[in-house]
Amino acid sequence: MGEAIVVTSGKGGVGKTTTSANLGTALALLGKKVCMVDTDIGLRNLDVVMGLENRIIYDLVDVAEGRCRLNQALVKDKRFDELYMLPAAQTKDKDSVTPEQVRNMILELKKDHDYVIIDCPAGIEHGFRNAIAGADRAIVITTPENAAVRDADRVIGLLEQEKIPSKLIINRIRQNMMKTGEMLDIDEICQVLAVDLVGIVPDDEKVISAANNGEPTVMNPASRAAIAYRNIARRILGDMVPLMLLDEKAGAFKRFRKFLGIG
Amino acid sequence: MVGLQEFARQSKNPLGWGGTNVTERQHIIIKGVKEGLVFLLDDKCEFAALLDELQYKLEKTHQQLLTGPLVHVHVKLGARQVTDDDKDRIKNVIRAQGNLMVQSVESDPPKIDSQQDQQPNLQVLTSIIRSGQTYEHDGDLLLIGDLNPGGTLLCTGDIYVLGALRGTAHAGIGGRTDVIIATSLMKPTQLRIADVISRPPEEWMTGDAAMEFAFLSEGRMQIDKLAQLFRIRHNPIMFKGV
Repeated sequence: MGEAIVVTSGKGGVGKTTTSANLGTALALLGKKVCMVDTDIGLRNLDVVMGLENRIIYDLVDVAEGRCRLNQALVKDKRFDELYMLPAAQTKDKDSVTPEQVRNMILELKKDHDYVIIDCPAGIEHGFRNAIAGADRAIVITTPENAAVRDADRVIGLLEQEKIPSKLIINRIRQNMMKTGEMLDIDEICQVLAVDLVGIVPDDEKVISAANNGEPTVMNPASRAAIAYRNIARRILGDMVPLMLLDEKAGAFKRFRKFLGIG
Repeated sequence: MVGLQEFARQSKNPLGWGGTNVTERQHIIIKGVKEGLVFLLDDKCEFAALLDELQYKLEKTHQQLLTGPLVHVHVKLGARQVTDDDKDRIKNVIRAQGNLMVQSVESDPPKIDSQQDQQPNLQVLTSIIRSGQTYEHDGDLLLIGDLNPGGTLLCTGDIYVLGALRGTAHAGIGGRTDVIIATSLMKPTQLRIADVISRPPEEWMTGDAAMEFAFLSEGRMQIDKLAQLFRIRHNPIMFKGV
């Protein structure tokens, strides 16, 4: 029996889908059998980020309405044999499935997979209720902005009411802005939200280009965000991995100056 | 003995033995006074039994009352605590008899209850109030944990937050102006006491925001260090033997 993890945030555009895709891929990279479920019905993106858009035949609503079996709707990843995706429907809306139906699907998927990663839509309405229905635990994504932290707080409160334990990822961190105090501090965010931090992801332009190519960032070890996602995947498996240092790679000259104490 | 009990039970049947009924039912005393009639109702028995007996007395044993001219009735319930509904039910039973007019239904519940209301009703809540969550309490509240932005605390009395106060706290929602909001870290979105609203930091600047309390002084919100609280609210302590 596997474990279902919902990736949610409340606010839109903080990186739920990117995180889902990268965590799913990173877990598959570590040899786990993973299925990603896109519950953002009507605005599906996970397939685009994964580059699997053209392989979709059936979707989540088809399964819910009994037009196909669950296994028929699963799309196998082009890179890993043990990585699957259940796409959302693009032509329906979020009311076309019930939390009960999603819960049954997740239960079914947990039987054959080590991890089921559920990509949640933005907002806290019906789509959110669907996404958290079958989840055993949650990963809440926020960025170092007040609005995102406020929404994450709201979502953590709702998850607490459903007795789903949540952990936090702070996404799109810009170290130089944090240093100058223009961006919320990591400690500050953790103090307000009062949940365990499972990882921090630096802002990285490679994430954007990777998503446009349909290739999860995590495949590119040169990207700092990729390392961050791989670390998070290892923490999900229970490894103790220290938080990555955010300082920009110091060049030889800079290191020399630091050595002299003038840097 | 069994036979006797059986007999007693049967006698509770309204159609049964009238004689036994009269001895059993003595919860109601009807007195004639200058203004009319006073019904003294027992305050220990069950309310339903009281209603039954009232109806029985009016319909069966005291029919002479009903034949005369219009009579004013005062009902006294003793120490019984009743709701308005219960009072209405008593009135309806009496009114059902044409010539009886209910002037008043009185009860004076024991004073102990009202004293308990005045005693501070302090609740301790160990939680974190997150965005979108509201907690309301009648009395004083001690929150052990944070109040986050977007969260709301509403209290008729004082609010003490042992943690960071970042959201909205409203003390004295019933209109009390002598209440305070005290916290370990004063970083509120908005503070309200009674109907005074204040928005930091435009209205008042605080230093390190640690261990502070808000109170009303001449209708304006003031913030001060908790150590100064004794100046507006001093509970004398009797030291013994020193």
